Amino acid sequence: MFESLSHLALQQYWWIIVSLLASLLVFLFFVQGGQTLIFTLAKNELERKMLVNSLGRKWEFTFTTLVTFGGAFFASFPLFYSTSFGGAYWVWMIILFAFVIQAVAYEFRTKPGNFLGQRTYEVFLIVNGALGTILIGAAVGTFFTGSAFSVDKLNLTNIFSDGSTTISSWQGPAYGLEAALNIQNLSLGLAVFFLARILGILYFMNSIQDETIFKRSKKHLMINAIPFLIFFLLFVGLLLTSSGFAVIPDASRPAMLWKIEMEPYKYLHNLLGMPIVLVTFLLGVVLVLSGIGASLFKSGCTRGIWPAGVGTVLTVFSLLMLAGLNNTAYYPSTYDLQSSLTIMNSSSSKFTLTVMSYVSLLVPFVAAYIVYAWRSLNKKKIDAAEMQSGDHAY
Amino acid sequence: MENFDMSMINWSRGQFAMSAMFHWIFVPLTLGLIILVAIMETIYVRTGDEKWKKLTQFWAKLFGINFAIGVATGIILEFQFGTNWSNYSWFVGDIFGAPLAIEGIMAFFLEATFVAVMFFGWSKVSKRFHLLSTWMVAVGANLSALWILVANAWMQYPVGTVFNPMTARNEMTDFWAVLFSPVAINKFLHTVASGYVLSAVFVVGVSSWFLLKKRDTLFAKRSILLASIFGITTSLFLIWSGDESARQMADKQPMKFAAMEALWEGQTNAPLIAIGLLQKPAPPKTSGKYQEKEFAVKIEIPDLLSYMAFLDPNAYIPGIKDLVNGYTDPNSGVVEISYYEKMERGKEAIAALKGYKEALKADDTESLRLFASKFEDPAWMEDTFKYFGYGYYTEKTVAGLIPNVPVAFYSFHIMVALSGHFLALFIVMLIFTLKNKIDRMRWLHHIAIWTIPLAYLAGQLGWVVAEMGRQPWVIQDLMPAIAAVSRIDASSVQLTFWLFAITFTVLLIAEIRILLAQIKKGVTGGH
Repeated sequence: MFESLSHLALQQYWWIIVSLLASLLVFLFFVQGGQTLIFTLAKNELERKMLVNSLGRKWEFTFTTLVTFGGAFFASFPLFYSTSFGGAYWVWMIILFAFVIQAVAYEFRTKPGNFLGQRTYEVFLIVNGALGTILIGAAVGTFFTGSAFSVDKLNLTNIFSDGSTTISSWQGPAYGLEAALNIQNLSLGLAVFFLARILGILYFMNSIQDETIFKRSKKHLMINAIPFLIFFLLFVGLLLTSSGFAVIPDASRPAMLWKIEMEPYKYLHNLLGMPIVLVTFLLGVVLVLSGIGASLFKSGCTRGIWPAGVGTVLTVFSLLMLAGLNNTAYYPSTYDLQSSLTIMNSSSSKFTLTVMSYVSLLVPFVAAYIVYAWRSLNKKKIDAAEMQSGDHAY
Repeated sequence: MENFDMSMINWSRGQFAMSAMFHWIFVPLTLGLIILVAIMETIYVRTGDEKWKKLTQFWAKLFGINFAIGVATGIILEFQFGTNWSNYSWFVGDIFGAPLAIEGIMAFFLEATFVAVMFFGWSKVSKRFHLLSTWMVAVGANLSALWILVANAWMQYPVGTVFNPMTARNEMTDFWAVLFSPVAINKFLHTVASGYVLSAVFVVGVSSWFLLKKRDTLFAKRSILLASIFGITTSLFLIWSGDESARQMADKQPMKFAAMEALWEGQTNAPLIAIGLLQKPAPPKTSGKYQEKEFAVKIEIPDLLSYMAFLDPNAYIPGIKDLVNGYTDPNSGVVEISYYEKMERGKEAIAALKGYKEALKADDTESLRLFASKFEDPAWMEDTFKYFGYGYYTEKTVAGLIPNVPVAFYSFHIMVALSGHFLALFIVMLIFTLKNKIDRMRWLHHIAIWTIPLAYLAGQLGWVVAEMGRQPWVIQDLMPAIAAVSRIDASSVQLTFWLFAITFTVLLIAEIRILLAQIKKGVTGGH
């Protein structure tokens, strides 16, 4: 069934899949956000244990989604993998480091003989929560603002001259860290950070049965909602007023050779040019706000995580649609415009995308068993009594 | 190689090797222990015997500690293909990315989802669903090994692809050829078998410690019985698949095969070196470009190498020098061209790609058609393009095409010797267990405990043979490491190397201490 699709349709399909994974990842960042709050929302060891254990049953989903997102991006758009990871080296390495230390933190935290002590592993959780969200957010910011790199496949043949044989080369010594200096990238990074904290709080309110934690969560929900809104609106404002990287279709040449030009208000044009994306975006924002609002103002509301979570997925998804569809370069180069990556010039072959599309049919099954397992474990909320019973707790 | 920043390349190699070796400390135990845990839980569910449940939970706990750090060391490997091997990621991303993505979708979610049920579900889900979850973790762990090994096997033996000059990369044309490549199947079987054997050694060794301390003896004996049967079966399988793997290597990676046996001069009726010590010859015997190492001591088994490689005691095995200088097989008369000739052809292939790309840039349709026709000609692809990677080398740098011989030789021979030791240990353990004398065999307990580090060593050495033996190729004959790297500076890679080396070492220390503390608590010592 996928064989009949055009290469372009497959590229769009895969952009959608990768974006969906990224959107789910941002939702699952509630784990990261929650981790940054384990000292704010808990004032004693038992409370902290409840927080950590409620997150500890979910952290692997976030982690696995990140890994799968990486794999899927590699399989579908390998030029992004080689250009961004190989160029913005330090950003990705710090992100990786932040996830390496997270992976052991839960399991090792309270185990006897853990060498570094419980506090260290808690600090690991906080570092992961803060760096992971801010840096990934800022890195995604460069999908709209661009980075300084060049791509030239001819380099591979540089054995007859002195040049480097590497196809993609990054300009400047900071290897990606310079992205954090751009206000638009930074505002997205911080918006993701505060959103993750909001989602973390909403998750705690939903999954922990404890009066004190619930009250404190509610208080901190407001504290985090304000900076989130500021940074999010700042990012959206900058995005919709900025120039974007437009692909100029040229029927006489293969799509991978189409030229890139700057276009004023490109992302605004994309939003208005794709009404479905506009609706998704608005719906997403409304859902996030309603999830926050209901949890703040409706007494005893514990289900805010669901609208806010769905809203997060929709909002992030629609932003990524603006980045990659409607003839837009999703990973633009500010150094050499023509090196910018588009879904056409950076993707895998039609054959590989077709094969992978069949694999993507597994996703609903995966989602189904995740939901089933999630529900069977969350039937009963976490409470102090369970933590004290000692049944495999972190 | 004046163009190449060798310092950066070697640090990148070092970083990959370091993180892969750390990862492989944790993964093999995960692969096999989970199967033993699942078998124990199955016995518990069938018999309702609470002692089996306790045993299941004890080993599952050790599994969990190990699993977490396996995850931690794994994530960096996936992303490193991009961060440090940028050219590689583009050149073969069309094939290589797919198994990584499938691994995530098929295997990692299975593991991540059901491992949570396995740990937290004892009192929350039914017995049967819990058992199913444990088995799902086992399936997930082994499936993830399948996909990553398919990817690795493809690097050693690229199949099912064609080079596209327009995109300047290899593109997949046959998914099943990639998945069912004989090298992939064998690599998967051999690698998971090594994980099973290591897990069996681990269980036998830890249980022996309990016997030595006269604690939890019933639990220990049950574990030993199960693990030694599992160990014997998987050891035999390991040896069989290793033998198969050597045969494939002789055919598809003859340089690795020659290096593994330190065979400099080719011969028919080649003997297998059972034990050997290499030394630098005095005066240094060099061919001007690379240095040979001779045997100071060796014990040979006549004809066996030829037989092992081609199931024919008379078969000709080319040595390292023959591969470099070219040779004629005395039995078949087949001529194999020299590396120097391959370099020429590789350069021609690279020049053709350059011509194609330049014509494309200049919109020169005439020359574009000319160059394109080469890439469309199967004979040219088979005679010339096949050696693309050799084009990055010159007569002066030919030594770069030879792997480190002592490393390959010793790793291989020690690994093989150890696998024999493991099999013998399992057999002896099983015999004494069946005779019900196992708790009195203190000497055997000591051996079993000290075999645990040896099992880890054997697994590491296996990867050293596989990966260092194939240097300089990241993709056999098509792309050497020097052409695969990212363009970053050596100091950045050095810094990340140490960052991760220190982090992983610290985490390893923590892991071992936690494991030991859990083991000391014992099976009945509470949680």
